Amino acid sequence: MPRPPRHIVFAWLGLLALLAGNIGLAFAGLGSAAPLVHIAASVAMAAIVLVVFMELERGVSLLWVFAGAGFFWLAVLFVLTGIDYWTRYSFAPS
Amino acid sequence: MSVPVLEKQFVDLAHQSETAELGIWGFIATEVLFLGGLFAAYSVYRYLHPAGVAAAAAHTKIVIGSVNTAILLTSSFIMSWASLAASGGESRLAGRLMWIAAALGLTFIGLKGIEYAQEIGENLWPGAGFSLDTAEPKVGEVFYFLYWVMTGIHAAHLLVGVAALAIIGRRANSGAYSRAYHSPVRVVSLYWHFVDVVWIFLFVLIYLPGRSL
Repeated sequence: MPRPPRHIVFAWLGLLALLAGNIGLAFAGLGSAAPLVHIAASVAMAAIVLVVFMELERGVSLLWVFAGAGFFWLAVLFVLTGIDYWTRYSFAPS
Repeated sequence: MSVPVLEKQFVDLAHQSETAELGIWGFIATEVLFLGGLFAAYSVYRYLHPAGVAAAAAHTKIVIGSVNTAILLTSSFIMSWASLAASGGESRLAGRLMWIAAALGLTFIGLKGIEYAQEIGENLWPGAGFSLDTAEPKVGEVFYFLYWVMTGIHAAHLLVGVAALAIIGRRANSGAYSRAYHSPVRVVSLYWHFVDVVWIFLFVLIYLPGRSL
């Protein structure tokens, strides 16, 4: 019976542990910090998938540019949209 | 039997595989932006109505959502194993693993279907018949509109992935791939992992808010 490479087994177990931790924290009552904690755990999970399962670290430089471009423009989308809503009330007429 | 196909525009199989991988990453970048708009809409709405969104999210089926997340993470692990097996020249093993990953994907869809049926039965489909027992039901209706759109688009992507896994898995099972040529397995693998990453964030945004209320 073939066995999976150990590094992807550890990555899978790590992902399940982070999932369990995230679910547990949701019931722990973290208050206003909850969204940030949950998103941080999700970013860690996504990083494991990207680096270990998608083998991004083995990719050529141009591949990093392509992979990074999507996330860069996503950041632009979120920052520009967010700035509008975070500052909208500051400019309300008195 | 391994039969690598070198298209005439490429110097060698390595060049062809590198180009295919770059292509799927380009596609993923466009998908990030496509889905990013929905995630941005959700984020703005949650920023404007934190209590209403949390109260509505508390009505989602967290047990099914959690089990489905574990299933999808496991399918990604299996798919990663398949990709490594194909790159090591074990085409038939890769094929069998891809079918397991596809079966896990179908299990996810089946559970999601049960969840959708329960939610329709509870009148959580936005529209004239929508009802939600919270302080801000109108906010909840918009939350559920985003819920159906985002999870529906994700499910559609997952079904495309299942079909791709079945097709490439069948070819792999017949020994079509080798150390020198296994690019299709790698490309399908990258797509499948991307769909998994999208769900990791969907799960947190949809199922976890409001659990400690």
